[in-house]
Amino acid sequence: MESVYLLIPVSVILVFGIAIAFWWSVRSGQFDDLEGPGFRVLMDEDQPQTTDDAKEPNKRENV
Amino acid sequence: MSGTKTTYNDKVVRQFAVMTVIWGIVGMLVGVIIAAQLVWPELNIGFLHFGRLRPLHTNAVIFAFGGCALFATSYWCVQRTGHTRLWGGPLIPFTFWGWQLVILLAAITLPLGITQGKEYAELEWPIDILITLVWVSYAIVFFGTIGKRTVSHIYVANWFFGAMIIAVALLHLGNSAALPVSFLKSYSAYSGVQDAMIQWWYGHNAVGFFLTAGFLGMMYYFVPKQAGRPVYSYRLSVVHFWALIFTYMWAGPHHLHYTALPDWTQSVGMVFSLILLAPSWGGMINGIMTLSGAWHKLRDDPVLKFLITSLSFYGMSTFEGPMMSIKTVNALSHYTDWTVGHVHSGALGWVAMVSIGSMYYLLPKLFGKTEMYSTKLMTTHFWIATIGTVLYIASTWISGVMQGLMWRAVNADGTLAYSFVESVKGSYPFWAIRWLGGVLFLSGMLIMAYNMFKTMAGGNTKDTPVIVPVGHHA
Repeated sequence: MESVYLLIPVSVILVFGIAIAFWWSVRSGQFDDLEGPGFRVLMDEDQPQTTDDAKEPNKRENV
Repeated sequence: MSGTKTTYNDKVVRQFAVMTVIWGIVGMLVGVIIAAQLVWPELNIGFLHFGRLRPLHTNAVIFAFGGCALFATSYWCVQRTGHTRLWGGPLIPFTFWGWQLVILLAAITLPLGITQGKEYAELEWPIDILITLVWVSYAIVFFGTIGKRTVSHIYVANWFFGAMIIAVALLHLGNSAALPVSFLKSYSAYSGVQDAMIQWWYGHNAVGFFLTAGFLGMMYYFVPKQAGRPVYSYRLSVVHFWALIFTYMWAGPHHLHYTALPDWTQSVGMVFSLILLAPSWGGMINGIMTLSGAWHKLRDDPVLKFLITSLSFYGMSTFEGPMMSIKTVNALSHYTDWTVGHVHSGALGWVAMVSIGSMYYLLPKLFGKTEMYSTKLMTTHFWIATIGTVLYIASTWISGVMQGLMWRAVNADGTLAYSFVESVKGSYPFWAIRWLGGVLFLSGMLIMAYNMFKTMAGGNTKDTPVIVPVGHHA
Protein backbone atom coordinates (compact mmCIF):
# COMPACT_ATOMS: atom_id res chain seq x y z
CA MET A 1 0.00 0.00 0.00
CA GLU A 2 2.64 2.51 -1.05
CA SER A 3 -0.08 4.97 -2.04
CA VAL A 4 -0.85 5.66 1.61
CA TYR A 5 2.73 6.90 2.01
CA LEU A 6 1.61 9.72 -0.27
CA LEU A 7 -1.99 10.14 0.82
CA ILE A 8 -1.46 10.11 4.60
CA PRO A 9 1.26 12.80 4.58
CA VAL A 10 -0.90 14.83 2.19
CA SER A 11 -3.83 14.59 4.63
CA VAL A 12 -1.62 15.51 7.58
CA ILE A 13 -0.15 18.52 5.79
CA LEU A 14 -3.62 19.49 4.70
CA VAL A 15 -5.03 19.27 8.21
CA PHE A 16 -2.20 21.50 9.43
CA GLY A 17 -2.90 23.90 6.59
CA ILE A 18 -6.59 23.98 7.43
CA ALA A 19 -5.73 24.43 11.13
CA ILE A 20 -3.53 27.42 10.26
CA ALA A 21 -6.31 28.91 8.13
CA PHE A 22 -8.73 28.37 11.00
CA TRP A 23 -6.29 29.90 13.52
CA TRP A 24 -5.78 32.90 11.24
CA SER A 25 -9.48 33.44 10.76
CA VAL A 26 -10.15 33.30 14.51
CA ARG A 27 -7.26 35.66 15.29
CA SER A 28 -8.15 38.13 12.59
CA GLY A 29 -11.67 38.47 13.90
CA GLN A 30 -13.52 36.65 11.13
CA PHE A 31 -15.82 35.06 13.71
CA ASP A 32 -16.21 38.00 16.10
CA ASP A 33 -19.68 38.64 14.76
CA LEU A 34 -21.62 35.54 13.82
CA GLU A 35 -24.98 37.23 13.25
CA GLY A 36 -24.29 40.39 11.28
CA PRO A 37 -22.69 38.90 8.15
CA GLY A 38 -25.85 36.91 7.46
CA PHE A 39 -27.84 40.15 7.31
CA ARG A 40 -25.19 42.19 5.57
CA VAL A 41 -25.19 39.93 2.51
CA LEU A 42 -28.82 40.93 1.94
CA MET A 43 -27.91 44.61 1.84
CA ASP A 44 -25.44 44.56 -1.04
CA GLU A 45 -28.42 44.95 -3.32
CA ASP A 46 -27.54 44.06 -6.88
CA GLN A 47 -30.12 46.25 -8.56
CA PRO A 48 -28.68 49.77 -8.39
CA GLN A 49 -32.01 51.49 -7.88
CA THR A 50 -33.67 49.62 -5.05
CA THR A 51 -33.38 51.95 -2.10
CA ASP A 52 -35.78 50.17 0.24
CA ASP A 53 -33.01 48.40 2.05
CA ALA A 54 -30.85 51.50 2.12
CA LYS A 55 -33.25 53.10 4.57
CA GLU A 56 -32.11 50.80 7.36
CA PRO A 57 -28.64 52.30 7.91
CA ASN A 58 -30.05 55.82 8.12
CA LYS A 59 -31.75 54.87 11.33
CA ARG A 60 -28.46 54.75 13.17
CA GLU A 61 -27.37 58.29 12.51
CA ASN A 62 -26.92 58.91 16.24
CA VAL A 63 -23.88 56.64 16.26
CA MET B 1 -19.47 58.01 -0.10
CA SER B 2 -19.39 56.54 -3.59
CA GLY B 3 -16.47 58.46 -5.01
CA THR B 4 -15.50 55.19 -6.65
CA LYS B 5 -16.57 54.71 -10.22
CA THR B 6 -15.51 51.08 -10.26
CA THR B 7 -17.97 48.61 -11.63
CA TYR B 8 -18.40 44.90 -11.08
CA ASN B 9 -16.95 42.66 -13.77
CA ASP B 10 -20.19 41.02 -14.84
CA LYS B 11 -19.06 40.22 -18.36
CA VAL B 12 -17.30 37.03 -17.33
CA VAL B 13 -20.24 36.05 -15.11
CA ARG B 14 -22.57 36.57 -18.06
CA GLN B 15 -20.39 34.41 -20.32
CA PHE B 16 -20.19 31.57 -17.83
CA ALA B 17 -23.89 31.79 -16.97
CA VAL B 18 -24.99 31.46 -20.60
CA MET B 19 -22.55 28.62 -21.21
CA THR B 20 -23.87 26.83 -18.10
CA VAL B 21 -27.23 26.46 -19.83
CA ILE B 22 -25.71 25.55 -23.21
CA TRP B 23 -23.36 22.91 -21.78
CA GLY B 24 -26.14 21.65 -19.56
CA ILE B 25 -28.17 20.86 -22.66
CA VAL B 26 -25.21 19.26 -24.45
CA GLY B 27 -24.16 17.14 -21.46
CA MET B 28 -27.67 15.99 -20.65
CA LEU B 29 -28.38 15.24 -24.32
CA VAL B 30 -25.39 12.88 -24.36
CA GLY B 31 -26.78 11.36 -21.15
CA VAL B 32 -30.14 10.78 -22.79
CA ILE B 33 -28.41 9.19 -25.80
CA ILE B 34 -26.44 6.72 -23.70
CA ALA B 35 -29.52 5.93 -21.62
CA ALA B 36 -31.28 5.14 -24.92
CA GLN B 37 -28.34 2.96 -25.97
CA LEU B 38 -28.98 0.76 -22.93
CA VAL B 39 -32.60 0.29 -23.92
CA TRP B 40 -31.99 0.01 -27.68
CA PRO B 41 -28.51 -1.51 -28.12
CA GLU B 42 -28.65 -1.03 -31.91
CA LEU B 43 -28.06 2.69 -31.25
CA ASN B 44 -24.41 1.94 -30.47
CA ILE B 45 -22.96 3.11 -33.77
CA GLY B 46 -19.26 3.28 -34.66
CA PHE B 47 -17.19 5.19 -32.17
CA LEU B 48 -20.32 6.79 -30.74
CA HIS B 49 -21.01 3.74 -28.57
CA PHE B 50 -21.75 3.74 -24.87
CA GLY B 51 -18.14 3.24 -23.80
CA ARG B 52 -16.97 6.33 -25.66
CA LEU B 53 -19.94 8.56 -24.92
CA ARG B 54 -20.29 7.82 -21.24
CA PRO B 55 -17.10 9.70 -20.23
CA LEU B 56 -18.18 12.51 -22.56
CA HIS B 57 -21.48 12.71 -20.66
CA THR B 58 -19.84 12.76 -17.23
CA ASN B 59 -17.19 15.29 -18.24
CA ALA B 60 -19.76 17.52 -19.93
CA VAL B 61 -22.22 17.64 -17.07
CA ILE B 62 -19.65 17.82 -14.25
CA PHE B 63 -16.96 20.07 -15.67
CA ALA B 64 -18.74 21.92 -18.46
CA PHE B 65 -22.20 22.46 -16.94
CA GLY B 66 -21.21 22.31 -13.25
CA GLY B 67 -17.88 24.02 -13.84
CA CYS B 68 -19.38 26.99 -15.70
CA ALA B 69 -22.03 27.32 -12.99
CA LEU B 70 -19.30 27.40 -10.32
CA PHE B 71 -17.24 29.98 -12.19
CA ALA B 72 -20.29 32.21 -12.77
CA THR B 73 -21.61 32.07 -9.22
CA SER B 74 -18.25 32.32 -7.46
CA TYR B 75 -17.21 35.33 -9.56
CA TRP B 76 -20.55 36.99 -8.83
CA CYS B 77 -20.54 36.16 -5.12
CA VAL B 78 -16.94 37.15 -4.41
CA GLN B 79 -17.47 40.56 -6.01
CA ARG B 80 -20.81 41.27 -4.32
CA THR B 81 -19.86 40.12 -0.84
CA GLY B 82 -16.38 41.65 -1.05
CA HIS B 83 -17.71 44.92 -2.48
CA THR B 84 -14.96 45.03 -5.05
CA ARG B 85 -14.30 44.41 -8.72
CA LEU B 86 -12.84 41.10 -9.83
CA TRP B 87 -9.06 41.23 -9.76
CA GLY B 88 -6.72 39.59 -12.24
CA GLY B 89 -6.76 41.49 -15.55
CA PRO B 90 -6.23 39.18 -18.55
CA LEU B 91 -6.40 36.10 -16.33
CA ILE B 92 -10.16 36.61 -16.01
CA PRO B 93 -11.03 36.16 -19.72
CA PHE B 94 -8.39 33.41 -19.83
CA THR B 95 -10.33 31.38 -17.26
CA PHE B 96 -13.39 31.61 -19.50
CA TRP B 97 -11.82 30.89 -22.88
CA GLY B 98 -9.36 28.37 -21.45
CA TRP B 99 -12.16 26.44 -19.77
CA GLN B 100 -14.24 26.43 -22.98
CA LEU B 101 -11.21 25.11 -24.85
CA VAL B 102 -10.81 22.30 -22.31
CA ILE B 103 -14.45 21.35 -22.87
CA LEU B 104 -14.09 21.46 -26.64
CA LEU B 105 -10.97 19.29 -26.53
CA ALA B 106 -12.80 16.82 -24.27
CA ALA B 107 -15.65 16.63 -26.77
CA ILE B 108 -13.17 15.78 -29.54
CA THR B 109 -10.77 13.44 -27.78
CA LEU B 110 -13.15 11.30 -25.73
CA PRO B 111 -15.25 9.95 -28.65
CA LEU B 112 -11.94 9.22 -30.43
CA GLY B 113 -10.95 7.04 -27.51
CA ILE B 114 -8.07 9.25 -26.41
CA THR B 115 -8.27 8.71 -22.67
CA GLN B 116 -6.28 8.05 -19.52
CA GLY B 117 -9.00 5.63 -18.48
CA LYS B 118 -9.45 7.20 -15.05
CA GLU B 119 -13.04 7.92 -14.13
CA TYR B 120 -13.83 11.66 -14.13
CA ALA B 121 -10.17 12.28 -15.04
CA GLU B 122 -10.13 10.78 -18.52
CA LEU B 123 -8.55 13.69 -20.35
CA GLU B 124 -5.03 13.11 -21.66
CA TRP B 125 -1.98 14.91 -20.33
CA PRO B 126 -1.83 17.95 -22.67
CA ILE B 127 -5.42 18.82 -21.72
CA ASP B 128 -4.55 18.16 -18.07
CA ILE B 129 -1.86 20.82 -18.31
CA LEU B 130 -4.33 23.28 -19.80
CA ILE B 131 -6.76 22.50 -16.96
CA THR B 132 -3.98 23.22 -14.47
CA LEU B 133 -3.21 26.59 -16.08
CA VAL B 134 -6.88 27.60 -16.10
CA TRP B 135 -7.41 26.42 -12.56
CA VAL B 136 -4.36 28.23 -11.18
CA SER B 137 -5.56 31.41 -12.93
CA TYR B 138 -8.99 30.87 -11.36
CA ALA B 139 -7.32 30.60 -7.94
CA ILE B 140 -5.30 33.78 -8.54
CA VAL B 141 -8.38 35.69 -9.66
CA PHE B 142 -10.55 34.42 -6.81
CA PHE B 143 -8.07 34.85 -3.97
CA GLY B 144 -6.78 38.10 -5.47
CA THR B 145 -10.32 39.43 -5.32
CA ILE B 146 -10.70 38.19 -1.74
CA GLY B 147 -7.44 40.01 -0.97
CA LYS B 148 -8.70 43.36 -2.24
CA ARG B 149 -12.17 43.16 -0.66
CA THR B 150 -13.32 46.33 1.04
CA VAL B 151 -15.05 44.65 3.99
CA SER B 152 -13.06 42.70 6.56
CA HIS B 153 -15.40 39.73 6.88
CA ILE B 154 -15.19 37.00 4.26
CA TYR B 155 -18.73 35.71 3.71
CA VAL B 156 -19.12 31.98 4.34
CA ALA B 157 -19.97 31.19 0.70
CA ASN B 158 -16.51 32.38 -0.32
CA TRP B 159 -14.90 29.96 2.12
CA PHE B 160 -16.68 27.11 0.37
CA PHE B 161 -15.71 28.36 -3.08
CA GLY B 162 -12.12 28.88 -1.93
CA ALA B 163 -11.85 25.39 -0.42
CA MET B 164 -13.23 23.95 -3.63
CA ILE B 165 -10.61 25.75 -5.72
CA ILE B 166 -7.67 24.63 -3.56
CA ALA B 167 -8.88 21.05 -3.15
CA VAL B 168 -9.59 20.54 -6.84
CA ALA B 169 -6.10 21.85 -7.72
CA LEU B 170 -4.53 19.38 -5.29
CA LEU B 171 -6.65 16.45 -6.44
CA HIS B 172 -6.07 17.14 -10.11
CA LEU B 173 -2.31 17.38 -9.68
CA GLY B 174 -2.17 14.25 -7.51
CA ASN B 175 -4.34 11.99 -9.62
CA SER B 176 -3.31 13.11 -13.08
CA ALA B 177 0.40 12.51 -12.52
CA ALA B 178 1.37 10.49 -15.58
CA LEU B 179 4.30 9.61 -17.80
CA PRO B 180 3.64 10.68 -21.39
CA VAL B 181 4.82 8.25 -24.05
CA SER B 182 3.50 10.31 -26.93
CA PHE B 183 1.49 13.45 -27.46
CA LEU B 184 -1.78 11.62 -27.00
CA LYS B 185 -0.84 8.75 -24.72
CA SER B 186 0.43 8.55 -21.17
CA TYR B 187 0.59 6.05 -18.35
CA SER B 188 -0.43 6.77 -14.79
CA ALA B 189 2.40 7.34 -12.33
CA TYR B 190 0.79 4.73 -10.08
CA SER B 191 -0.07 1.13 -10.78
CA GLY B 192 -2.49 -1.56 -9.69
CA VAL B 193 -4.26 -1.08 -6.41
CA GLN B 194 -2.11 1.99 -5.64
CA ASP B 195 -3.56 3.59 -8.73
CA ALA B 196 -7.07 2.61 -7.69
CA MET B 197 -6.57 4.14 -4.27
CA ILE B 198 -5.25 7.44 -5.70
CA GLN B 199 -8.01 7.41 -8.30
CA TRP B 200 -10.78 7.17 -5.69
CA TRP B 201 -9.04 9.58 -3.35
CA TYR B 202 -9.44 11.90 -6.33
CA GLY B 203 -12.82 10.62 -7.43
CA HIS B 204 -14.64 10.92 -4.16
CA ASN B 205 -13.04 14.21 -3.21
CA ALA B 206 -14.03 15.57 -6.60
CA VAL B 207 -17.58 14.76 -5.51
CA GLY B 208 -16.88 16.26 -2.12
CA PHE B 209 -15.23 19.48 -3.17
CA PHE B 210 -16.21 20.16 -6.77
CA LEU B 211 -19.80 18.91 -6.53
CA THR B 212 -20.47 19.60 -2.86
CA ALA B 213 -18.34 22.38 -1.36
CA GLY B 214 -18.59 24.56 -4.45
CA PHE B 215 -22.34 24.16 -4.75
CA LEU B 216 -22.76 24.72 -1.01
CA GLY B 217 -21.09 28.08 -1.57
CA MET B 218 -23.75 28.71 -4.20
CA MET B 219 -26.46 27.65 -1.75
CA TYR B 220 -25.19 29.89 1.07
CA TYR B 221 -25.32 32.93 -1.19
CA PHE B 222 -28.36 32.41 -3.40
CA VAL B 223 -30.81 30.86 -0.92
CA PRO B 224 -30.63 33.84 1.50
CA LYS B 225 -30.62 36.33 -1.39
CA GLN B 226 -33.65 34.84 -3.09
CA ALA B 227 -35.53 34.33 0.17
CA GLY B 228 -34.62 37.83 1.31
CA ARG B 229 -33.70 36.42 4.70
CA PRO B 230 -30.35 35.73 6.34
CA VAL B 231 -29.23 32.13 6.47
CA TYR B 232 -30.98 30.32 9.36
CA SER B 233 -27.83 30.20 11.49
CA TYR B 234 -24.70 31.92 10.32
CA ARG B 235 -22.85 30.29 13.21
CA LEU B 236 -23.90 26.84 11.99
CA SER B 237 -22.75 27.68 8.47
CA VAL B 238 -19.25 28.39 9.79
CA VAL B 239 -19.24 25.15 11.81
CA HIS B 240 -20.55 23.35 8.72
CA PHE B 241 -17.64 24.61 6.65
CA TRP B 242 -14.85 23.66 9.04
CA ALA B 243 -16.39 20.31 9.94
CA LEU B 244 -16.80 19.42 6.27
CA ILE B 245 -13.29 20.26 5.18
CA PHE B 246 -11.60 18.70 8.22
CA THR B 247 -13.33 15.36 7.67
CA TYR B 248 -13.83 14.97 3.94
CA MET B 249 -10.51 13.78 2.54
CA TRP B 250 -10.67 10.09 3.51
CA ALA B 251 -14.02 8.88 2.23
CA GLY B 252 -12.62 7.63 -1.09
CA PRO B 253 -11.88 3.98 -0.19
CA HIS B 254 -15.63 3.23 0.02
CA HIS B 255 -15.48 3.01 -3.77
CA LEU B 256 -13.16 0.03 -3.39
CA HIS B 257 -15.01 -2.19 -0.91
CA TYR B 258 -14.24 -5.90 -1.35
CA THR B 259 -11.38 -5.26 -3.75
CA ALA B 260 -7.61 -5.83 -3.42
CA LEU B 261 -7.47 -2.73 -1.22
CA PRO B 262 -6.43 -3.72 2.35
CA ASP B 263 -9.41 -4.27 4.61
CA TRP B 264 -8.38 -1.62 7.14
CA THR B 265 -8.28 1.03 4.42
CA GLN B 266 -11.80 0.11 3.36
CA SER B 267 -12.97 0.40 6.96
CA VAL B 268 -11.30 3.81 7.37
CA GLY B 269 -13.12 4.98 4.24
CA MET B 270 -16.42 3.66 5.56
CA VAL B 271 -16.02 5.36 8.96
CA PHE B 272 -15.14 8.72 7.44
CA SER B 273 -18.08 8.42 5.06
CA LEU B 274 -20.42 7.86 8.00
CA ILE B 275 -18.97 10.85 9.85
CA LEU B 276 -19.81 13.04 6.85
CA LEU B 277 -23.50 12.64 7.49
CA ALA B 278 -23.26 15.14 10.38
CA PRO B 279 -21.87 18.20 8.58
CA SER B 280 -23.91 17.42 5.45
CA TRP B 281 -27.19 17.38 7.32
CA GLY B 282 -26.18 20.42 9.36
CA GLY B 283 -25.79 22.33 6.12
CA MET B 284 -28.95 20.95 4.59
CA ILE B 285 -31.07 21.88 7.63
CA ASN B 286 -29.42 25.31 7.76
CA GLY B 287 -30.32 25.98 4.15
CA ILE B 288 -33.91 24.76 4.32
CA MET B 289 -34.60 26.48 7.66
CA THR B 290 -33.59 29.79 6.10
CA LEU B 291 -37.17 29.78 4.86
CA SER B 292 -38.56 29.19 8.35
CA GLY B 293 -41.34 31.69 8.89
CA ALA B 294 -41.53 32.45 5.18
CA TRP B 295 -42.64 29.15 3.73
CA HIS B 296 -45.35 30.90 1.74
CA LYS B 297 -42.61 32.24 -0.53
CA LEU B 298 -42.21 28.71 -1.88
CA ARG B 299 -45.72 28.80 -3.26
CA ASP B 300 -45.10 31.12 -6.16
CA ASP B 301 -41.36 31.58 -6.46
CA PRO B 302 -39.91 28.95 -8.83
CA VAL B 303 -36.34 30.01 -8.01
CA LEU B 304 -36.89 29.14 -4.36
CA LYS B 305 -38.65 25.94 -5.43
CA PHE B 306 -35.50 24.90 -7.27
CA LEU B 307 -33.17 25.91 -4.42
CA ILE B 308 -35.14 24.29 -1.61
CA THR B 309 -35.82 21.11 -3.60
CA SER B 310 -32.11 20.90 -4.36
CA LEU B 311 -31.42 20.96 -0.62
CA SER B 312 -33.94 18.18 -0.07
CA PHE B 313 -32.17 16.03 -2.64
CA TYR B 314 -28.85 17.00 -1.06
CA GLY B 315 -30.17 15.74 2.27
CA MET B 316 -31.43 12.52 0.69
CA SER B 317 -28.27 11.70 -1.18
CA THR B 318 -25.96 12.58 1.73
CA PHE B 319 -27.98 10.15 3.85
CA GLU B 320 -27.99 7.48 1.16
CA GLY B 321 -24.25 7.86 0.50
CA PRO B 322 -23.02 7.04 4.00
CA MET B 323 -25.50 4.14 4.16
CA MET B 324 -24.15 2.73 0.89
CA SER B 325 -20.60 3.06 2.20
CA ILE B 326 -21.39 0.53 4.96
CA LYS B 327 -19.74 -2.64 3.75
CA THR B 328 -22.73 -4.94 4.19
CA VAL B 329 -25.00 -2.55 2.29
CA ASN B 330 -22.31 -2.04 -0.32
CA ALA B 331 -22.14 -5.80 -0.86
CA LEU B 332 -25.63 -5.48 -2.31
CA SER B 333 -25.41 -2.09 -4.00
CA HIS B 334 -21.94 -2.09 -5.56
CA TYR B 335 -21.73 -2.35 -9.37
CA THR B 336 -25.53 -2.11 -9.65
CA ASP B 337 -27.78 0.68 -10.94
CA TRP B 338 -28.34 1.74 -7.34
CA THR B 339 -24.96 3.51 -7.46
CA VAL B 340 -25.97 5.23 -10.69
CA GLY B 341 -29.25 6.29 -9.09
CA HIS B 342 -27.44 7.63 -6.03
CA VAL B 343 -25.11 9.68 -8.19
CA HIS B 344 -28.01 11.15 -10.15
CA SER B 345 -29.95 11.92 -7.00
CA GLY B 346 -27.01 14.16 -6.19
CA ALA B 347 -26.29 15.28 -9.74
CA LEU B 348 -29.82 16.05 -10.98
CA GLY B 349 -31.51 16.72 -7.67
CA TRP B 350 -28.78 18.68 -5.93
CA VAL B 351 -26.10 20.00 -8.30
CA ALA B 352 -28.27 20.71 -11.32
CA MET B 353 -31.23 22.11 -9.38
CA VAL B 354 -29.16 24.45 -7.22
CA SER B 355 -27.33 25.63 -10.36
CA ILE B 356 -30.56 26.15 -12.28
CA GLY B 357 -32.04 28.11 -9.39
CA SER B 358 -28.92 30.26 -9.13
CA MET B 359 -28.89 30.88 -12.88
CA TYR B 360 -32.54 31.95 -12.80
CA TYR B 361 -31.54 34.39 -10.07
CA LEU B 362 -28.53 35.68 -12.02
CA LEU B 363 -29.73 35.81 -15.62
CA PRO B 364 -32.19 38.73 -15.37
CA LYS B 365 -29.71 40.73 -13.29
CA LEU B 366 -26.94 40.07 -15.79
CA PHE B 367 -29.04 41.41 -18.64
CA GLY B 368 -30.51 44.44 -16.89
CA LYS B 369 -33.96 42.92 -16.39
CA THR B 370 -35.97 42.69 -13.20
CA GLU B 371 -37.11 39.13 -13.81
CA MET B 372 -36.95 36.24 -16.24
CA TYR B 373 -39.02 36.49 -19.44
CA SER B 374 -41.54 33.96 -18.17
CA THR B 375 -42.15 32.88 -14.57
CA LYS B 376 -44.66 30.33 -15.81
CA LEU B 377 -42.01 28.57 -17.88
CA MET B 378 -39.70 28.52 -14.86
CA THR B 379 -42.40 26.80 -12.83
CA THR B 380 -42.99 24.34 -15.68
CA HIS B 381 -39.26 23.68 -15.80
CA PHE B 382 -39.27 23.02 -12.07
CA TRP B 383 -42.02 20.40 -12.22
CA ILE B 384 -40.63 18.67 -15.31
CA ALA B 385 -37.17 18.53 -13.73
CA THR B 386 -38.52 17.19 -10.44
CA ILE B 387 -40.63 14.50 -12.07
CA GLY B 388 -37.68 13.56 -14.30
CA THR B 389 -35.36 13.25 -11.30
CA VAL B 390 -37.82 11.15 -9.32
CA LEU B 391 -38.42 8.80 -12.27
CA TYR B 392 -34.68 8.45 -12.75
CA ILE B 393 -33.90 7.72 -9.11
CA ALA B 394 -36.84 5.42 -8.44
CA SER B 395 -36.23 3.28 -11.53
CA THR B 396 -32.53 2.86 -10.80
CA TRP B 397 -33.22 2.04 -7.16
CA ILE B 398 -35.53 -0.77 -8.20
CA SER B 399 -33.30 -2.12 -10.95
CA GLY B 400 -30.23 -1.74 -8.70
CA VAL B 401 -31.65 -3.73 -5.80
CA MET B 402 -33.05 -6.28 -8.25
CA GLN B 403 -29.64 -6.73 -9.89
CA GLY B 404 -27.90 -7.01 -6.51
CA LEU B 405 -30.36 -9.65 -5.32
CA MET B 406 -30.21 -11.64 -8.56
CA TRP B 407 -26.41 -11.68 -8.64
CA ARG B 408 -26.10 -12.98 -5.09
CA ALA B 409 -28.94 -15.54 -5.25
CA VAL B 410 -27.71 -19.12 -5.04
CA ASN B 411 -29.42 -22.47 -5.38
CA ALA B 412 -29.39 -25.10 -2.67
CA ASP B 413 -26.37 -26.74 -4.31
CA GLY B 414 -24.39 -23.47 -4.25
CA THR B 415 -24.65 -22.62 -7.94
CA LEU B 416 -25.81 -19.20 -9.07
CA ALA B 417 -29.57 -18.93 -9.44
CA TYR B 418 -29.41 -16.44 -12.32
CA SER B 419 -27.08 -15.85 -15.22
CA PHE B 420 -25.86 -12.28 -15.69
CA VAL B 421 -27.86 -11.79 -18.83
CA GLU B 422 -31.07 -12.57 -16.96
CA SER B 423 -30.43 -9.54 -14.75
CA VAL B 424 -29.83 -7.45 -17.88
CA LYS B 425 -33.14 -8.64 -19.31
CA GLY B 426 -34.94 -7.84 -16.07
CA SER B 427 -33.49 -4.32 -16.12
CA TYR B 428 -34.92 -3.26 -19.49
CA PRO B 429 -38.22 -1.74 -18.30
CA PHE B 430 -36.42 0.25 -15.63
CA TRP B 431 -33.83 1.49 -18.11
CA ALA B 432 -36.69 2.72 -20.27
CA ILE B 433 -38.15 4.66 -17.32
CA ARG B 434 -34.71 6.00 -16.52
CA TRP B 435 -34.36 7.21 -20.11
CA LEU B 436 -37.75 8.89 -19.85
CA GLY B 437 -36.64 10.65 -16.66
CA GLY B 438 -33.58 11.93 -18.52
CA VAL B 439 -35.70 13.11 -21.45
CA LEU B 440 -37.89 15.08 -19.06
CA PHE B 441 -34.90 16.67 -17.34
CA LEU B 442 -33.41 17.59 -20.72
CA SER B 443 -36.71 19.11 -21.91
CA GLY B 444 -36.66 21.30 -18.82
CA MET B 445 -33.25 22.59 -19.84
CA LEU B 446 -34.53 23.38 -23.33
CA ILE B 447 -37.36 25.41 -21.79
CA MET B 448 -34.75 27.18 -19.70
CA ALA B 449 -32.68 28.01 -22.79
CA TYR B 450 -35.73 29.48 -24.54
CA ASN B 451 -36.55 31.51 -21.44
CA MET B 452 -32.94 32.63 -21.20
CA PHE B 453 -32.70 33.83 -24.82
CA LYS B 454 -36.01 35.65 -24.47
CA THR B 455 -34.68 37.32 -21.31
CA MET B 456 -31.43 38.23 -23.05
CA ALA B 457 -33.20 39.82 -26.02
CA GLY B 458 -32.90 43.57 -25.82
CA GLY B 459 -31.13 43.26 -22.51
CA ASN B 460 -28.78 45.88 -21.23
CA THR B 461 -25.33 44.62 -20.38
CA LYS B 462 -23.92 47.75 -18.82
CA ASP B 463 -21.70 47.05 -15.84
CA THR B 464 -23.15 48.09 -12.52
CA PRO B 465 -21.13 50.18 -10.08
CA VAL B 466 -19.64 48.54 -7.01
CA ILE B 467 -21.94 49.08 -4.05
CA VAL B 468 -20.35 50.75 -1.06
CA PRO B 469 -20.68 48.49 1.96
CA VAL B 470 -23.48 49.41 4.35
CA GLY B 471 -22.21 51.38 7.34
CA HIS B 472 -19.05 52.57 5.61
CA HIS B 473 -20.23 56.15 5.39
CA ALA B 474 -20.73 56.55 9.13
